[in-house]
Amino acid sequence: MNEAVLNELAEPPTGVNAPPETEDSLNIEYTDTVGQPMCENAKFRTKNVNVFYADNQAIHDVSLDIGAHQVIALIGPSGCGKSTYLRTLNRMNDTIDICRVEGQILLDEQDIYAKKQDPVLLRARVGMVFQKPNPFPKSIYDNVAYGPKIHGLTRNKSELDDLVEEALIKAGLFQEVKDRLHAPGTGLSGGQQQRLCIARTIAVQPEVILMDEPASALDPIATAKIEELINELKENFTIVIVTHSMQQAARVSQRTAYFHMGRLIEVGETDQIFTNPAHELTEKYITGRFG
Amino acid sequence: MTISALIFLLLLFAAFSYFMARQKITTAYRQNKQPSKIMTLPKYFGYVAALCSLLPSLLVLFVLQGVEEPYINSEISSFIGSQNIAASDDLDLYLNEIKSADTPEKIAALSEEKQAVYQRYHEIETTTQRTITAIVLSLAILLVIWGLRKINTETPARKVFEKIIEGILLLAASIAIMTTVGIVFSVLFESTRFFGEVPIMSFMFGTEWSPQTAIRADQVGSSAAFGAVPLFVGTMLISFIALLVSVPLGLMSAVYLSEYASSTVRAVAKPVLEILAGIPTVVYGFFAALTVAPFIRGLGESMGLSVASESALAAGLVMGIMIIPFVSSLSDDVLSAVPQSLREGSLGLGATRSETIVKVLIPAALPGIVGGVLLAASRAIGETMIVVMAAGLAANLTVNPLEAVTTVTVQIVTLLTGDQEFDSAKTLAAFALGLMLFITTLILNVIALHVVRKYREQYE
Repeated sequence: MNEAVLNELAEPPTGVNAPPETEDSLNIEYTDTVGQPMCENAKFRTKNVNVFYADNQAIHDVSLDIGAHQVIALIGPSGCGKSTYLRTLNRMNDTIDICRVEGQILLDEQDIYAKKQDPVLLRARVGMVFQKPNPFPKSIYDNVAYGPKIHGLTRNKSELDDLVEEALIKAGLFQEVKDRLHAPGTGLSGGQQQRLCIARTIAVQPEVILMDEPASALDPIATAKIEELINELKENFTIVIVTHSMQQAARVSQRTAYFHMGRLIEVGETDQIFTNPAHELTEKYITGRFG
Repeated sequence: MTISALIFLLLLFAAFSYFMARQKITTAYRQNKQPSKIMTLPKYFGYVAALCSLLPSLLVLFVLQGVEEPYINSEISSFIGSQNIAASDDLDLYLNEIKSADTPEKIAALSEEKQAVYQRYHEIETTTQRTITAIVLSLAILLVIWGLRKINTETPARKVFEKIIEGILLLAASIAIMTTVGIVFSVLFESTRFFGEVPIMSFMFGTEWSPQTAIRADQVGSSAAFGAVPLFVGTMLISFIALLVSVPLGLMSAVYLSEYASSTVRAVAKPVLEILAGIPTVVYGFFAALTVAPFIRGLGESMGLSVASESALAAGLVMGIMIIPFVSSLSDDVLSAVPQSLREGSLGLGATRSETIVKVLIPAALPGIVGGVLLAASRAIGETMIVVMAAGLAANLTVNPLEAVTTVTVQIVTLLTGDQEFDSAKTLAAFALGLMLFITTLILNVIALHVVRKYREQYE
């Protein structure tokens, strides 16, 4: 990603006199997804996914592969279904009674909506970081040790200690909290809390981490730290990140998927999407014409 | 003029003052050039003007009413003295007889000497009433005039009004606190009288309770025993059984309602559960005495146990059912108040629903849950009717739930019902028991507060 593109993203063109286009005036023609929704070495394969909330369809026929050990960013205007799509990947939507998912979602070629699939085990393999930091009202140590304890990942206290320390180091939080591991996690700053939540997720040793706008409640410095962390984490994990910030998508991801009104419009290499979008809607969104 | 008419007049003055002051300020605003659009609303000036006449006059009225009675009494006493009328030994009784003569027939029934006193009393009363009315009314009028003259757009009306509101709120709070303090002191005072007759040690550690004192010395069982231990053991036993029933049942139904039940089930089940708390305890009482106690007795006998027909178990079980809503309703509320993000965070780590409930939700909701249990416990300790009907009056010192026991509150009731002389040890014992009960619940509260503070997990 070169400087010029980032600058252009930061400042949408102002010379255009036309008023910002509304979604109604866009006169969208829904076509099949543009770009390369498939990829080699896929961790997740989703095929023709439809999601309904009671009678409202939130996701229309989305097919998308998520490559292993890379970061894919889901972008799009508010209410476009990107968070809903994200939450189908670890069956978090199961907690909502009226939500129904159709289509196929394969994790390592196994259907995660199959009858024999245990959603609890799935969520241990596919961790999640939420928009608002949500540390448990427990100590920093207990927050991180929570997952390993319920899954029985360690045999004794010293192994658990090591695991907690390792997770905190990976999340880049250890130096800041090593002297107060038993202080409440809710006493940390917002950015630290979010890194604590990431540490908590890493400690379960998942294969995939879903991030739902992980930096939207944070200040720029904390955001920078989270982004740096995401870059490091992709060595070991597959990461799916929903974000409202196009600069963030450009900075952290290798592939980008653009959603609009519940449909997947375009998928491609991040560089290509931001420099040379193939679909008219994608172009209008990333140049700030609407959104 | 009666007091109610006087108060009505004062309110009328206040209303007048309100409208006049508001009018005055509105006019002033209209005439002056406004420096800004945001001005103190005219109604605040109205409130201030109204309250500045109403509050002082009411205060003066109540103070005068308070000193009226002692003043009249002393006047009549001196009159009686000057007339050399031989008042009976009890002056209060004498005055009461005179004052209660409010119909012509009653006056006619008084002796001639008393009629003279009555005349004098009537004169004094009428004059004082008139004086009070005159003082209060003239004060109110003066204040209305003064307030209306003084008030202008420079008066800090909003500030003054806020201060007055603050004062009223403080008054409301202090009434509650003063009442509590008053009750504590009255109980404490009567208890010390009791401890003057019965040594405190034999009360607190004595194991025999039989408060019947003989009226004549030759009666049987003339020596009373005031050992409170059996009562407190009985209270604790029954409360413990009740909590053993209500805490698990209540907590589990709360978890079911807040975490598992669909919204339709919840909408029906919660009010139904709360109806349990609305059933009068006397109904629970005969349910316990007529249904549960015989059932337990029959069950026990079929297993070869000897069960008293009134047992602590029967009372405790029924009381446990009664206090389920206190535990479940409060716990349900606090569990529902735990943020959804914590649930999702735990589920997102691969925790099951039950793991989430035990490890995240209940710790986060603990203060509220303990609060509910505490409320239930104090209901159990204070409950009387069920125990009277189902557990009996016999003060047995036992921890066997199959025997009849009695509780502190039941004994207080039996001590104070019927005709009582107020200064016998038997009656005063009720105050001592009340004091002990108060101290016990206070200690329970302090312990619970400590537990909550230690184990609380605070979100946000």
